[in-house]
Amino acid sequence: MPDPQLSSQGKLHHLLTLDGLPAATLRQILDTAESFMDVGERDVKKVPLLRGKSIFNLFFEPSTRTRTTFEIAAKRLSADVVNLNIATSSQTKGETILDTVANLTAMHADMFIVRHAQSGAAHFIARHVAPHISVINAGDGRHAHPTQGLLDMFTIRRYKGEFGHLRVAIVGDVLHSRVARSQISALTTLGVPEVRVVAPKTLLPPGVERLGVRIFHDMREGIRDCDVIIMLRLQNERMKGARLPSAQEYFKQYGLTTAKLAFAKPDAIVMHPGPMNRGVEIDSEVADGPQSVILPQVTYGIAVRMAVMAMLAGGGND
Amino acid sequence: MLVALPDAEDLVARLAAAVRPHLAANTAIVGIHTGGVWVAEKLRDALGADYPLGVLDISFYRDDFSRIGLHPQVKPSRIPFAVEDRPLLLVDDVLYTGRTVRAAMNELFDYGRPSRIQLAVLIDRGGHELPIRPDFVGATLAIPPDQNIELQRIEDRLSLALK
Repeated sequence: MPDPQLSSQGKLHHLLTLDGLPAATLRQILDTAESFMDVGERDVKKVPLLRGKSIFNLFFEPSTRTRTTFEIAAKRLSADVVNLNIATSSQTKGETILDTVANLTAMHADMFIVRHAQSGAAHFIARHVAPHISVINAGDGRHAHPTQGLLDMFTIRRYKGEFGHLRVAIVGDVLHSRVARSQISALTTLGVPEVRVVAPKTLLPPGVERLGVRIFHDMREGIRDCDVIIMLRLQNERMKGARLPSAQEYFKQYGLTTAKLAFAKPDAIVMHPGPMNRGVEIDSEVADGPQSVILPQVTYGIAVRMAVMAMLAGGGND
Repeated sequence: MLVALPDAEDLVARLAAAVRPHLAANTAIVGIHTGGVWVAEKLRDALGADYPLGVLDISFYRDDFSRIGLHPQVKPSRIPFAVEDRPLLLVDDVLYTGRTVRAAMNELFDYGRPSRIQLAVLIDRGGHELPIRPDFVGATLAIPPDQNIELQRIEDRLSLALK
């Protein structure tokens, strides 16, 4: 089956998942993002690339950071951006997703950025939109969050150079994390030789070892000698039933503290996709410490999203 | 193959001689990727003074983006000096339609308001589609529209080729 993300000419037309995207495509996105980095430092923080294009942020699930960085990215490309928080609009009046999309298409949309609590929502919309419209998945259920995965790769490359010699640990609630899935996929494709997941058994999805990762249940062993530590948010709002004794107990075992961080390489970087639960998965001393690159991640997210939007809009399905 | 191509290094020397009397103390040189950067570097060496050098990749300013999409190898623009109120010497290898120069000027204005922009090109091949003319030129050649003239750099030596 052809990749639904690619146009008939083989160009990237939608970004729904990082699974199956070749390393060359990932690198091209990262290289393009690098070129967008300096736009944010100019007098005029804008390029005219998407002038006259209409981009709709369709957020069926609330999000502040992701929506805001997509909005800034689109505006720096000179596109017109419309934000729709559908959780609070016509969906509650009974309109179906496809009716919403059809209405926005009638308003001459060029691109949809979709966040939805259901896995597969962005794929579903991509299958049904008019051929000139591109869809970016901004997070669907537990499935994927490709632009977050890409900005994490961009961050790692900026601080660590190439991927071929790195040891990366992903720590925490892998089970509920779409971010973890996108990260594992990208890290593996880009040639990271050792990707680890560190979590209690109850927070690992069944079959996680098939993704090519090493599994650790002990935090100190799991991050020992790692170059990169990616902390995941403990998804309180997704937690159904008692998978954990308590937040305090979790922090004791899996919270990243200065003492635990000492087991990683001395120059290891600490990442977190946000929003952080301070004192649950990460201690403030680490989050605000010298090894934390959590705020640069946010800045890089804008350049990466600009790159993705520019490549999709120029993907030529016209 | 009917046109005898001049030596690119000679053209740089000629261009430097033409430019020299018109440079101010605070002039900066800006080369357009990729050939224009090579020429700009050579030009600065030939001029012998330490003019700041900037680099533009105009991919984000092209007027044909919606038709052909983003160039697959976009390089970062680097303007390591304040553009505001500064005279700029914009450098490209070949002036053809003028669309690249237009895009470059649009990009430069997003860094600030230069006091003046002058254009230096190694070759003016004709075929202009915009009211843009060079202030300094190495050589003017009439190249038929079905041919392309290309600047090449092999071991730091510049040469011209018809494709």
